[in-house]
Amino acid sequence: MTQRTQQTSWVVEARNLHKTFAWTPVLSDISFRIVSAEVVGIFGPNGAGKTTLLRLLAALLTPTSGRLTLFGSASSELAVRRKIGFLGHESYLYPDLTPEENLTFYGRAYQIPDLKGRIAQQLEYVGLQDWRTMPVRYFSRGMEQRLSLARALLHAPDLFLLDEPDTGLDPRAVSILHATLAEAKEQAKTVILTSHDFERTRELCTRALILHRGRIAWQSEATLPSPQEFVELYTACTR
Amino acid sequence: MWAILWKDLLLELRTKERVSSLFVLALLIILVFVFALTPEQLKQPAFGSALLWVALVFAGMLSIQRAFILEQERNCFAGLLLCPIDPGQVFFAKFLSNVCFLIIVEAVVAPLTLALLSLSFSVSLLGLVLVLLCGIVGFSALGTLCAAIAVRTRAREIILPLMLLPLLVPLFIAAVNVTGALLAGEAWTGTWFRILVAFDVIFVVTGWLAFGFVVQE
Repeated sequence: MTQRTQQTSWVVEARNLHKTFAWTPVLSDISFRIVSAEVVGIFGPNGAGKTTLLRLLAALLTPTSGRLTLFGSASSELAVRRKIGFLGHESYLYPDLTPEENLTFYGRAYQIPDLKGRIAQQLEYVGLQDWRTMPVRYFSRGMEQRLSLARALLHAPDLFLLDEPDTGLDPRAVSILHATLAEAKEQAKTVILTSHDFERTRELCTRALILHRGRIAWQSEATLPSPQEFVELYTACTR
Repeated sequence: MWAILWKDLLLELRTKERVSSLFVLALLIILVFVFALTPEQLKQPAFGSALLWVALVFAGMLSIQRAFILEQERNCFAGLLLCPIDPGQVFFAKFLSNVCFLIIVEAVVAPLTLALLSLSFSVSLLGLVLVLLCGIVGFSALGTLCAAIAVRTRAREIILPLMLLPLLVPLFIAAVNVTGALLAGEAWTGTWFRILVAFDVIFVVTGWLAFGFVVQE
């Protein structure tokens, strides 16, 4: 009998990740695998290690021990970084530059072809084309977050890492964000996002995991639980 | 690398904070010395040389600190590290932008110092430009490396001078000696000049190789 082995290409593969800050463990024994086109929601209370985990995945931090590969390579490799779009708590935008100038800087850093056209497209997408020449310093929190979304999407990444992306967004910006995630899902891109709001994020996610005190307390199977079941699970895991 | 350099120059053109504060500080230092010293002392090449370098070091310190504080606002430095750019290239970009700003400042401050100190313009101007450039390169290389370490600490304004000034001593001594010899019309390409060049090479290479470790959280 011939046994066929199906080769699975993991987008993210984390094995026994540990992260310690000043001898304090922040993440312990984190292992998971994510394949292409998955939308994974990471939930957990404040201080559970969600942001640290995303920063590890974005290669902004290095694990204290364990193995982390993205697209089959070490996450710090430049070719891998090109495939990652990261939206964090901070916008990473220069306040004294205009949206156009900020995106031009990031676009040049990512060596994006036809940059002007791409910037115009992104600014229109996030509804900031009329503010393209105003320094970011004068933007509201929601406008800055929208521009930050444009920055993260500018190089059309294959893996989106979103750290509580809807924090501080107005309803219009939330709908742009959700449209972006839905589009990413359609285009078979991989999304990992952290959130407190399971009910709102549920429809976008194909998988969920709960982090508590730096450990994975629960991971979903093929189907996600209902919001009611999830609340019960969440309460039990984070007690 | 050019994207970072372009962005740094654009930010300065927009705000004009860095160059203007550097000019004011450098001119203030020179004026204090001009009024504090007697006309006889001012004509001595050793004083002129020391004055040039004191002004450059303090203005340079301000420039380097400012360069990284700009990156800390909105945590832009993390945004920079997310980009597919080798950390060595990030170092070179930040280093080159510091060199550019210090050259702009020195292009005004050095001739002004020579004029105020009534020093002879018969000195080898090309030699003076070369020595100043060597000093700026060494200072910027070490300063960029130290600022990248200091900027992540809570007391960065204190940590940077504490770390940088002792390490700058060899550069400072060599530069003052070479400039003094130049202003006195003596031979200046001896041991001190070689030390100055060696300092540049060591810290440009160290910065390029070590920057990736320094910026890693």
